[in-house]
Amino acid sequence: MNKFSWYEAKSVEDALQQVNSTLSDELYEATDEAAVFKSGGIDVFDWVKQGILKPQKIVNIRNIPGLDKISYDRKEGLRMGSNVTLAEIASHPEIKTRYLALHLAVNHAATPQLRNMSTLGGNIAQRNRCWYFRSADHDCFRKGGDRCFARHSKTGENENHAILDNGSCVSVHASSIATALMAFNASVVIVNAEGQQKTVQMDDFFVSAGEDIAMENILKPKEIITEIILPTPSKNTKSAYIKQVARESYDWSLADVAVVMEVSGNTCKSANIVLGAAAPVPYRSLEAQQAMENKTITGENAKAAAEAAMAKARPLSKNDYKVPLFVSTIKQTIMEIS
Amino acid sequence: MDTRKEKFPYGIPGHNLGEIEREIPMEEPPVWPVNDELKVIGKRVKRIDALEKVTGKAIYTSDIKLPGMLYAKMLRSNVPHATISSIDVSKASSLPGVHAIHLIENAPKEGGDGGTNTYPMVKYVGQPLGGVAAESLEIAKEAVSLIKVNYEKKPFVIDMESAMEINAPIVFDAPITQQQDGGDVGETHDGSKGEGNVRGPSTSSFFGGPRGNLEEGFNEADVIVERTYRTQVHTHMPLETHGVVVDWGADVMTVYASTQNTAAVRNEMASVFNLPKSKVRVICEFMGGGFGAKHSAGSFGPMAANLAKKTGRPVWLMLDRKEEHLAEGNRPNSIQYLKIGAKKDGTLTGIQQRSHGTAGVGLGAGVGRIAQILYPCPNFATEQYDVLTNAGPGAAWRAPGNVQGAFGLEQAIDEMAEKLDLDPLRYRDRIDTSEVRKVERQRGAELFGWSRRQPPGSSTGVVKKGLGVGQSTWPRFVTLDSSVEIKIHKGGGVEIRSSVQDIGTGTKTIIAQVVAEELGLQVKDIKVNIGDTFFPVGPGSGGSVVTGSITPPTRNAAFEAKMALLKLVAKKWETDSSELYVEDGQVGHKANADLKMSFKEATKLMRTSQISKIASRSDDYGGFQQPWGLAYGDLGSVQFAEVSVNTETGFVKVDRIVAAHSCGRPLNIGQLESQINGGVIQGVSYALYENRVMDNGTGHMMNANIDQYKVPFSMEIPEIETIIVEEYSGRSSTDAYGIGEPANIATAAAIANAVYNAIGVRLYEIPITPSSILKALRNVS
Repeated sequence: MNKFSWYEAKSVEDALQQVNSTLSDELYEATDEAAVFKSGGIDVFDWVKQGILKPQKIVNIRNIPGLDKISYDRKEGLRMGSNVTLAEIASHPEIKTRYLALHLAVNHAATPQLRNMSTLGGNIAQRNRCWYFRSADHDCFRKGGDRCFARHSKTGENENHAILDNGSCVSVHASSIATALMAFNASVVIVNAEGQQKTVQMDDFFVSAGEDIAMENILKPKEIITEIILPTPSKNTKSAYIKQVARESYDWSLADVAVVMEVSGNTCKSANIVLGAAAPVPYRSLEAQQAMENKTITGENAKAAAEAAMAKARPLSKNDYKVPLFVSTIKQTIMEIS
Repeated sequence: MDTRKEKFPYGIPGHNLGEIEREIPMEEPPVWPVNDELKVIGKRVKRIDALEKVTGKAIYTSDIKLPGMLYAKMLRSNVPHATISSIDVSKASSLPGVHAIHLIENAPKEGGDGGTNTYPMVKYVGQPLGGVAAESLEIAKEAVSLIKVNYEKKPFVIDMESAMEINAPIVFDAPITQQQDGGDVGETHDGSKGEGNVRGPSTSSFFGGPRGNLEEGFNEADVIVERTYRTQVHTHMPLETHGVVVDWGADVMTVYASTQNTAAVRNEMASVFNLPKSKVRVICEFMGGGFGAKHSAGSFGPMAANLAKKTGRPVWLMLDRKEEHLAEGNRPNSIQYLKIGAKKDGTLTGIQQRSHGTAGVGLGAGVGRIAQILYPCPNFATEQYDVLTNAGPGAAWRAPGNVQGAFGLEQAIDEMAEKLDLDPLRYRDRIDTSEVRKVERQRGAELFGWSRRQPPGSSTGVVKKGLGVGQSTWPRFVTLDSSVEIKIHKGGGVEIRSSVQDIGTGTKTIIAQVVAEELGLQVKDIKVNIGDTFFPVGPGSGGSVVTGSITPPTRNAAFEAKMALLKLVAKKWETDSSELYVEDGQVGHKANADLKMSFKEATKLMRTSQISKIASRSDDYGGFQQPWGLAYGDLGSVQFAEVSVNTETGFVKVDRIVAAHSCGRPLNIGQLESQINGGVIQGVSYALYENRVMDNGTGHMMNANIDQYKVPFSMEIPEIETIIVEEYSGRSSTDAYGIGEPANIATAAAIANAVYNAIGVRLYEIPITPSSILKALRNVS
């Protein structure tokens, strides 16, 4: 870890004046005088401790007033400040009743200790966990290097990696909470240094590796997430979430699925089906969504939807098990709704 | 030597308990009856250091803080194979706060090959190259990052099977004279036999060489099982990493070390720095785990001492988790070919084993002696090969070799049972001659509910249940160079001194129990001062030797001191000391109930401030199988596993383990259960979770952390029930042995057999993962 100065931001405007770079920009091409945000610090300090990120200044946004609120009302929907901790989401009664899939996703993320420390904004903005990307000894595409080590057909250790959209980068997105958020059609509120505010759909917040290898989301230097908004679910909305891990106590997802469905009796009117740990960004399976539309929720239909979701899967040398794992998990998650 | 004869309890209470007459040295104490008749031994005695540990007051090596102390960090290679053309330390040495830099030279004493290069050849990522001492750990780390090492890179090989190929890059082009620490304690070879990276084979052990004639054996067989099993590289992951604090004073070099063997570290440091043993003091008061990897001073010990010498200040050098994974030991992997033959009635006619394993740049990757000795078989041969690769050296790992070996053999025996249409447990009853395992199978099967077992693959539904069993054996090793001193202080107070360390299993407590039992005192009355080489030398904590090596001399010393004290009392009471006894803190007279005195009062009769006696481990009563300390009998165990396998997702959950064990006379039931729990948990982890992932393209370990190197946490740990079978054999004054290794041997095999029982498809490789389960199921469907 290098030495750095610490700035305690008092407001969003103040914080935006202090930073000049982002974690992603620094990982792709380091600058000499980098000043970056830190909220919960879980991800940023991992990089600093590895000696891969060497900031000159850390701007602490964790204590900015006003970013730590959760509110729900029927008109506005669910609004969560970016500094809300995962523990706060996990224990929020309204979220448990109305946004079950989110509740479950948060409860299965990390550990109780980490949920106390990590913030919602930091969670969705964290970088992926590909062990080559995280290694100081492997300069991969995402760090401005000339190859993807994980995709190598003979030597790539890619058992945890992507089976969908796995082109120039085969990592999977690290936030399993984002899987559920996207299924609820969440949007992200971003503020820039000029004080302008924009709201983007979460589907558009994440950036595919093909669009920009350096980034996993659209955040630019001097931009900050202030809020995540989830629309109010209708009376007939049901949701479910399942995460598969090698180690139940605490682990990164091998496959996680969020389903948010409009139902009429036991018929699916429309569905949002999002896959985590399948692709470099949370993956909305349009195939599975279409397959379920206006279908009764049966094991057979669920399985057909699951198989449709995997139609485009292109496993790597060591992760073909993920295809049947997703088929089973998607099917099970849909069946939770019935 | 004067001897006398005594009758000892012999056998298993509730099964075949009888008596045996032994001739024992005159000065040794009279026989102890079975545990039921003892006050402290064999009971659930709370650890004497429990409070210190749970309140955080226990001082571990990494907690040591000394005035003026500097912090050190090692410089390590980040390429797998290279010669070093130069090392530039200029930036690092000018960093404020840096006090000294020491580079490892290419001298045999420093671990080099003694060739013409200035620096040693780099053979693996993480190889130590040097170290920096600085005002703070942060400065030391920064300084290390500023050192520029210029490598001339060479071709390397990581994967074992690639290393076995004829054109593979050669890891060592000469016989290996270092790092023979891969772990298996069978016959060692110097690595000079063999071709390329494949060295060996080792064909014999201290149980002998090949037996009979394999060809004839297989000709006689009606049924043959022939399989290849694979196990992964498993790193040790002790909670406390390796490390030392070296305080090189004017007179004595004091080394605070996280070690399983204070005496060995002392000897090593004395030898490296050419000091008399009397001038090196190694202290280890509390240990945060070792599992076999902490028997030596490593490269960090001499490094800290060199930095201390250069700076004249104490130096703290503890490794971090990544260094631990890369360079401080691992359980070698294995590819084991096994062929066993049996007659229709199950009688084994032949066992053939051929294995390859890599301990990286080290040797010792054999698969132990399980196949050789677990079941009698007239025809047996093994060939165990070491394969050298550009990876960190292996080290002994809880039952070295045997854990790998049991995974193969116990699956093959299961498969044989099925071919013979016999229940796996009944088949073992037929071919296993061990009385203790017979009792363990009976008691274990009853507690476990073995009768619930259904035919393989008959469980219905998506999640299938399965039951399995695995057996093991481990030799009873004794370290004869084990001594202990007792002091009874005038006016009260009993103290024990030995260099033996408590690896964390409760050695301090059992020593106190033995003394309390002998002196008629309570455990809290005994102060145990161990883990210090200024005291008499005790055994290293490895091979499950400690209990069997240190408790007999402890009892003998306590007995001698007691007799000296009773002599003083006898003189006062004008009687003979043989008429006296100690009990409940009192000295009494067997024939005269009026004569009583507290133990404390008795000590006031002493002429000097203390009675001090040193005793050393004598030979086992009735001798040894091998004179160096291979005792008769073994440490047999039987473990039962119950698993659930999700056939859609491939996830395996171990629901329950019943572990039936024996270790001679049990000393502390609570501690034994803890140790068995630990062994089982590591076995579960070996079967399902832990796996060193190496990138064959770059030679780096990809999961050198505790996030992606997966050890089980609370939810992965099954319900564990233990059965401890008392087994008396009258071999020493305590008749007790250890349990460290046995607890870890059979678990993975039992789990693999249970998985087979659940899904009806056998997995020949660990770790068993969703990927391997789904693959296995797909291949049959």
